[in-house]
Amino acid sequence: MKGIIGKKIGMTSVFDASGKQTACTIIEAGPCVVTQIKTKDSDGYNALALSFGDKKEKHSTKSEINHFAKSQSAPKKFTKEFRDFSIEKNIGETVTVDIFAEGENVEVVGTTKGKGFQGVVKRHGFSGVGDATHGQHDRQRAPGSLGNSSDASRVMKGMRMAGRMGNDRVKMKGLKVVKIFADKNYILVSGSVPGHNGSIVLIQK
Amino acid sequence: MNAIAYVHEQLTKKKEFPAFKPGDNITVNYKIIEGNKERIQSFKGDVIKTQGSGFTASFTVRKISDGVGVERVFPYASPNIDSVVLNKTGQVRRAKLFYQRKRSGKSARIREKRVNTTTEAAQ
Repeated sequence: MKGIIGKKIGMTSVFDASGKQTACTIIEAGPCVVTQIKTKDSDGYNALALSFGDKKEKHSTKSEINHFAKSQSAPKKFTKEFRDFSIEKNIGETVTVDIFAEGENVEVVGTTKGKGFQGVVKRHGFSGVGDATHGQHDRQRAPGSLGNSSDASRVMKGMRMAGRMGNDRVKMKGLKVVKIFADKNYILVSGSVPGHNGSIVLIQK
Repeated sequence: MNAIAYVHEQLTKKKEFPAFKPGDNITVNYKIIEGNKERIQSFKGDVIKTQGSGFTASFTVRKISDGVGVERVFPYASPNIDSVVLNKTGQVRRAKLFYQRKRSGKSARIREKRVNTTTEAAQ
């Protein structure tokens, strides 16, 4: 695996050489500092901890400052581990968007926008009742029956009902790297990416 | 500079069009690639809508072809637009001329906006 931490900037669309228009998301990714290397011997698994986004020293605890001092970097806002990183890196080295190439397929992980408490029509795609007339009362978006009667006498586990929606970790697979601007740390991926503008996303392969 | 503007400055070529708006009659010369040959096809009609802002804005042109209404959407930033020619400036009261879809013949005509060039030149 290889990956990088980034910030979702927003969406736009660009044209390729043949004039085809593609919707894409701009992500400001990296540069990330390698702050810790975990190995099979010491930690039970191989991973690289990458840190992204500067943090003021007055907002950092002493333990954070000392932890980041090991990699000669200022305290960072976000740290994520990437298992079995395919590129050799030492502590203190940086990971930039250059690890990806244009045209490569990547996965983007993010947290979806929170939708609050939602009913079954929006949350699970139930079709609702359908008719507003023919004796139907004011239950157009009701879930209907929850299951059987006396044989069971209970509601089955996992029954889809209303509840909190969104704010979930979601992985988008098969997004294509459209363009990389290494000097600005921008990476353009095709299609949409979970979360609102400014949210933290992981780009990995 | 914001990121979206930067990306388009790098990727999107600047184009110079005559200023047109809904109601105007224009000809869009559009590049068509057939196999490895490229030719230019022109699409002449009335602008019935402009939509969006910035680099993703587009406009819709409507024409009557063999008695059938044909509409085509062009992104302003499309690299396949060779040129745009402004034929006539129309006098309309709406920004979106969707009422044109229900009309045909005489009632589908758009009044031309006449500008008195002689008095403007005198001033």
